[in-house]
Amino acid sequence: MDLKEKLVSSFLAFEESIDVHSPVHDIRNEAIKTFETEGFPTKKQEAWKYTSLNAILKHDYSVFPKQENTIEYKDIKEYFLHDIDTYKIIFIDGKYSSHLSQTTHDGIDVCLMSSALNKPKYRPIIENYFNKIATKDSLTSLNTAFSNEGAYIHIPKNKLVDKPIQILHFSTGNEAALMLQPRNLIVADENSEVQIFERHQSLTDNPVLTNSVTEIFTAKRAIVDYYKLQNDNSNASLIDNTFVDQKDQSHCLVHTFSFGGKLTRNNLNFYQNGERIESTMKGVTIIGDKQHVDHNTLVHHIEPNCESHQDYKGIFGDSATGVFNGKIVVEKLAQKTNAFQANNNILLSDKASINTKPQLEIFADDVKCSHGCTIGQLDESAMFYMRSRGIPKKEAKALLMYAFSNNVLSSVRIPELKQRITKVIANKLGVNIGFDL
Amino acid sequence: MSKYTEDDLREELKTKEYEYGFYTDIESETFPVGLNEDVVRAISMKKEEPQWMTDWRLEAFRAWQEMIEPEWANVHYEKPNFQNISYYSAPNSKPKYDSLDEVDPELLATFAKLGISLDEQKKLSGVAMDVVVDSVSVATTFKKTLGEKGIIFCSISEAIREHPELVKKYLGTIVPQKDNFYAALNSAVFSDGSFCYIPKGVRCPMELSTYFRINQAGTGQFERTLVIADEGSYVSYLEGCTAPSRDENQLHAAVVELIALDDAEIKYSTVQNWFPGSAEGKGGVYNFVTKRGLCEKNAKISWTQVETGSAVTWKYPSCILKGDNSVGEFYSIAVTNNFQQADTGTKMIHLGKNTRSTIISKGISAGKSQNSYRGLVQISPRAENARNFSQCDSLLMGNECGAHTFPYIEVKNKTAKIEHEATTSKIGEDQIFYCNQRGIDTEKAIALIVNGFSKEVLNKLPMEFAVEAQKLLEISLEGSVG
Repeated sequence: MDLKEKLVSSFLAFEESIDVHSPVHDIRNEAIKTFETEGFPTKKQEAWKYTSLNAILKHDYSVFPKQENTIEYKDIKEYFLHDIDTYKIIFIDGKYSSHLSQTTHDGIDVCLMSSALNKPKYRPIIENYFNKIATKDSLTSLNTAFSNEGAYIHIPKNKLVDKPIQILHFSTGNEAALMLQPRNLIVADENSEVQIFERHQSLTDNPVLTNSVTEIFTAKRAIVDYYKLQNDNSNASLIDNTFVDQKDQSHCLVHTFSFGGKLTRNNLNFYQNGERIESTMKGVTIIGDKQHVDHNTLVHHIEPNCESHQDYKGIFGDSATGVFNGKIVVEKLAQKTNAFQANNNILLSDKASINTKPQLEIFADDVKCSHGCTIGQLDESAMFYMRSRGIPKKEAKALLMYAFSNNVLSSVRIPELKQRITKVIANKLGVNIGFDL
Repeated sequence: MSKYTEDDLREELKTKEYEYGFYTDIESETFPVGLNEDVVRAISMKKEEPQWMTDWRLEAFRAWQEMIEPEWANVHYEKPNFQNISYYSAPNSKPKYDSLDEVDPELLATFAKLGISLDEQKKLSGVAMDVVVDSVSVATTFKKTLGEKGIIFCSISEAIREHPELVKKYLGTIVPQKDNFYAALNSAVFSDGSFCYIPKGVRCPMELSTYFRINQAGTGQFERTLVIADEGSYVSYLEGCTAPSRDENQLHAAVVELIALDDAEIKYSTVQNWFPGSAEGKGGVYNFVTKRGLCEKNAKISWTQVETGSAVTWKYPSCILKGDNSVGEFYSIAVTNNFQQADTGTKMIHLGKNTRSTIISKGISAGKSQNSYRGLVQISPRAENARNFSQCDSLLMGNECGAHTFPYIEVKNKTAKIEHEATTSKIGEDQIFYCNQRGIDTEKAIALIVNGFSKEVLNKLPMEFAVEAQKLLEISLEGSVG
């Protein structure tokens, strides 16, 4: 039985475990139908031209883990942002782990999607926001159909969240192959501010496929700062679908750091439903082996006087492949838009490849839109400069690559996270130097 | 003096009629509408073609029947009914003439209206013209001068008769019969076109030029051009076209193949000004063209195009950089107004080592038009030290038009250096103000700015064409600033 059939048939089993009378269930029913007709995307679709899912769909994934698993904190401590105080929402094999988590209802809601979906207290928020901006494409629909668990974060008006929120997903490898479908909802009301850190980590070499959907709503003047660290092991694949709806003068930043995983696909969509909005999307990708990272971004400028800023850097070694497919749409009404997009890549090996497709679709005349992309090598004269001053080749190379990606790191606003990522980069490049001297 | 506002400009633009919209009544010999194997055979017979050519056409036709029309381009139009088109039409007044005096005077008048009188061309510019009126060459000039150098410049049907070995060797090698829907159609039914062969080491002393015209109602024009530059040779080839104003959609599916052997250079320039349809978006030419060139070692192919006409344009002049150190260039200005749609760009396929390519594309959209750049830069694993620079700039006039950029970049070699940049902007109020302040009226200022915007491309055109291209830009855009 192929994965699609398996998923469709396990939807019936899924229905037994949840409340089928809630309004959300109509949405789920609709979504499973969409997935059933469309199936998994293939390379024939323009958006998936350079990314094939065939290799990761062939595993016999279990859709519902059979048992609850526990892990000791000390075993997974290294995956946390552990040197600062944070709220934590931790999932192990898709199930919420209360003893590792630290949630709150004190002024803000940092809790679980499952409880938000079931408790009447949260109904107004769920009705107003749940599945409102997620697209109806097949993978998102698949997630919607099985949506039950994930993070639910609601920041009321004028609230500034005192510490970052971590959302961590661990898979223990107790299943031979596991498919996870977390569903997150983040609602930031007027004048609020929140910082979120998300990570998916598999603890063994068993294959894992995560198809995650996150919806983010930023109301007037709200600030949402979202960081994704993707440094999973070589059998874990991630399809991340993130949708951001912004209102007047809000600012949303999404940083994506892709350092590992078999296949990583980031669908990042911004919809600017208001004026004077700022959207920032940045990413650093450093991969090797046969890894594949695909960034698919969309910024939809709907109203005037907004800005968007995209900056993606990629370094590809071994037989790695990178894809960047960025799209900026400027509607007729969206005059005075200022949209910028840059994608810079370095290929380190002859077997590595990069496919990039930065697109502009512009219907308004008074706009400033530009995109640029480059593919090149490390500057030889800079290498020579450092070598002649006694810096070994490997370190010199690493310094240049760090400098190359520094533009993205400079806007990370959690210092501990920045340090952490710097360390990961050093590790990735095989050197032992702290770059931020 | 009353103020000349944007609205006035837009109004003026709207009412600007297609200047070259007239229809010359020349008695034509036209095939009944429809397409089947018999029609393909009849065209072949009409052209007195040898059996291998007929078979070649039939093979293409059979492939075409299996194919479906491509839909990926960013253009929307009513698909032509291929059974509703006549696939052959030739001016009646045959045979060929030795001098211009013998040419049908009505035909000469047509050219005069277009401002390309043969006499004038002969005298002033020294351009040899292979004039194509409704698919058959009527006059070829300067043939003798070219003949002395060993250059063959004739219609493709003549080439099939007289130089079958060259045609057989190269036809369809760059754009195979089954390449795409329109190329297959063209391969099956092409009625005429130009053939050019430059022998080894010869530098063609003049610009070779063909004017295409669509003249008979409901006649699709299927041109086939084959240019071969043998080792170490050089040729500059011009192509330009205008078409009469007509309500019915006219289909044009041309195929151009360029072959630049070792150390050769081909410069191919196009000015396209076919009927773009009325201000309401009615009529206009459908232009679905396949153009491709192959570069051997150290060879260079340079495409320059100024696209101002056609209701729908679907055109991607490409370079296959097969030989080491070969160079591909693409310079384009695409202007769309009213309801025009253009999806144009290039493909640079880097296969050889040290290959270089440059892409400069300028898109100008006004009215309710949609203008897309779609390009592919591909670096194969063996293409060491490949270099590409692409620049796509769009100028928007008014807020009802759109500019789109779809660049595809695929790199499989670490030594490649690729740069791509694109910008979209409008004519700045400050720029207009600056000009106004210095006594330049708004309309002139716009012409000045547009000219400056497109200068990088205009500069690449041969002199005679640059003048015409500038004129075309003015006609197409006069006053449409937002």
